[in-house]
Amino acid sequence: MDQLNNYLFIAAALFSIGLFGVMTRRNGIAVLMGVELILNAANINFVAFSHFGGMNLDGHIFALIVIVLAAAEAAVALAIVINIYNNLNTINVDEASRMKE
Amino acid sequence: MENIFIKYSLLILFLPLAAFVIQIFFGKRLPRQGDWVSIGAISTTLVLAITMFVAMIMKDDPDFYQEASFTWLDMGDFEIRLGFLVDNITVIMLLVVALISTCTHVFSTQYLKGDIRYSRYFAYLGLFTFSMNGIVLANNLMSMYMFWELVGVSSYLLIGHWFEKDSAANASKKAFLTNRVGDIGFFIGIMLIYNAIGSFAFSDIFDGVSSGLIAGSTLTLAGIGLFMGAMGKSSQFPLHIWLPDAMEGPTPVSALMHAATMVAAGVYLSVRIFPILTPDALLVVAYVGGFTALFAASIAITQTDIKKVLAYSTVSQLGYMILAVGTGVYTAAFFHLLTHAMFKANLFYGSGSVIHSMHHALHEKHDHETDPQDMHNMGGFKDRMPITYWSMLFSTLAIAGVPLFSGFLSKDAILAGTLSFAQHHPAHFLLPVFGFAAAAMTAFYMFRMMFLTFHGKPKMPDIIDDIHESPKEMTGPLILLGTLSLFIWYTLPYFNPMSTHGWFTDLVVPSDSVVPGNPSAQQIEEGAHHAHHLAMYISIAVAVLGIFLSWFTYIKKGLSAQAWTDRFGFLYDWSFNKYYFDENYDKYIYQPSFRLAERVAWIDWELYDRYFINGFGRLTNWASKVTGKFDFDVIDQFIVDGTGRMAALFGRKLKTIQTGKLQNYVLYVTAGIIILMVIQSF
Repeated sequence: MDQLNNYLFIAAALFSIGLFGVMTRRNGIAVLMGVELILNAANINFVAFSHFGGMNLDGHIFALIVIVLAAAEAAVALAIVINIYNNLNTINVDEASRMKE
Repeated sequence: MENIFIKYSLLILFLPLAAFVIQIFFGKRLPRQGDWVSIGAISTTLVLAITMFVAMIMKDDPDFYQEASFTWLDMGDFEIRLGFLVDNITVIMLLVVALISTCTHVFSTQYLKGDIRYSRYFAYLGLFTFSMNGIVLANNLMSMYMFWELVGVSSYLLIGHWFEKDSAANASKKAFLTNRVGDIGFFIGIMLIYNAIGSFAFSDIFDGVSSGLIAGSTLTLAGIGLFMGAMGKSSQFPLHIWLPDAMEGPTPVSALMHAATMVAAGVYLSVRIFPILTPDALLVVAYVGGFTALFAASIAITQTDIKKVLAYSTVSQLGYMILAVGTGVYTAAFFHLLTHAMFKANLFYGSGSVIHSMHHALHEKHDHETDPQDMHNMGGFKDRMPITYWSMLFSTLAIAGVPLFSGFLSKDAILAGTLSFAQHHPAHFLLPVFGFAAAAMTAFYMFRMMFLTFHGKPKMPDIIDDIHESPKEMTGPLILLGTLSLFIWYTLPYFNPMSTHGWFTDLVVPSDSVVPGNPSAQQIEEGAHHAHHLAMYISIAVAVLGIFLSWFTYIKKGLSAQAWTDRFGFLYDWSFNKYYFDENYDKYIYQPSFRLAERVAWIDWELYDRYFINGFGRLTNWASKVTGKFDFDVIDQFIVDGTGRMAALFGRKLKTIQTGKLQNYVLYVTAGIIILMVIQSF
């Protein structure tokens, strides 16, 4: 179990699930959750490469930064979702297509 | 006393100019149309000129010479200095100009009374006097040339005073253009000399010539070039044609122009440049002068217009002066210029007086058809106009060369010089023949004029009662100048009617020619002195012969002028028609130049304009149409609009992929990345 490939496999799976969620879910919150999955997939990669590549704690630091970033992003994104809901009375992202015109 | 000469001559120069400026701008608004301004200015110059003249006599210095010059143009190494010189010749000439000009001004107040351009006439007289004084005072060829052209302009203005008449307008143009021909030569001469010597001043030129800076054929050419200017102004053959036509101007102007100013300018120039004329150039000068003297006299014989007779006699007398320059006795030329100025001005005033009263008499009879200048309408005026008659008679005796009168002295000096020249150069025996023959003819035609005008029975008896003596403004100058036709004024302090010896010969002493090889002044003078007696006898003989023939023909009627006319009809026709000079110039010079001009105009219009200019226009027109079409059809329709349409098309096609749905975009991005990864993996 202590092999890099296993971690990468899990990370790839997580990324794919996240991407699938982002692309298919109509619910804004669910899209946001997909994004979180993608971010965490990246974190796994950072930590795994850091651990197996002899790069000391660099990867961990990046992972921490990504977590902080994800928190900030979630705050902004939720604010957007609330605004969409206020304007359109729904959180279905397909409805938010006014920019088209 | 020492410096009055330069100061006075500047005053004499500029006073007439001031009068001109005042007259031309304010003349019309001044009382009497401002003629008193002109007369005041001009008589002041006369007073100054007399003062200078007296001062010159007191000095009694033949070598008297003063000069003042200033830098006119300074461009680095290139400098042109202009200036004035005063010597005895200048002082005498200034006096002549001032005197004749004053007389003309006074005379004109009556002659032009009531003229529509009275004030402007006086203005031009001032300009004319100014220009002539400028020529007289110039110490260099450059400023002489400037004033020379100014004289040309003012003569143009004055001859064309009555420019409403076509003949007057044409005469002024003719005078101007004929002078132009001579002036080209003058300018070429000046440039040749400047090129060789690098200065325009007479003193530098004389030094340059004597040190051989310019010599041989170049100098001859330069001399002849300068002389061409004199030929134009002094109306020498073949440029004599303008002078008789210039009679279209008012008669006092003729007097001024033909006595003291314009025509004298040419002789004055010849006198000034005499020292640099080479023997060849002098021969040309002599032959031109001699031939002109004879030729013009032969025309004067048959003229019927009183002013035309005087005009040709002027040409003839100028020929004498030029002849004198050519044969080396140039002071005699200047002497004749002086005496001629007096008697010729007087003759013109006399004729003006006659014409004036004829005009009035005809006016009384309401006769506007008869020519008041035709001598065939006159006759018997002697008792009606005694002052005019006697003063004109004095001048006629002078011009005919009768002893006791001034013309005898000067003409005799010229003929003596010519005779001596022929004695030294027997090949040129024709020169004195020209001179003496012209002298005989002069005596003949001048007395013919007097007899036809004043003697015999009146040819128009109905107007004779209305012929009156002219007012005193006109008789005054007549009396003054008639008196000045006597010899005594020119020989003081000596009293010898047979010799020119007097103040003039004491003060105007010929100087040596600076051209190596020319005879010295002393040699010329000795030669002339030896020939003096012979010349005197011949000239008295021919004068008497001429007068006698004239008397015999026109008073005694011993010879019938009509019969002689019939017998030598073709000669008469030649002479009467001035040898058809105008007609031949017209036929061989003017008409060919007009035809040439027409040809050139044809080429210009028909070929150049039509094919080149218009063709170019049409070509441009066609080209603009083609490019316009190209612009509209290709650029606008295809490229400009095509770009727009292309963008619109692409826009329409591409707009469909912009759904506004977030997940579609993510799908595109993911698909793009996958495609890139697939491409990368190969």
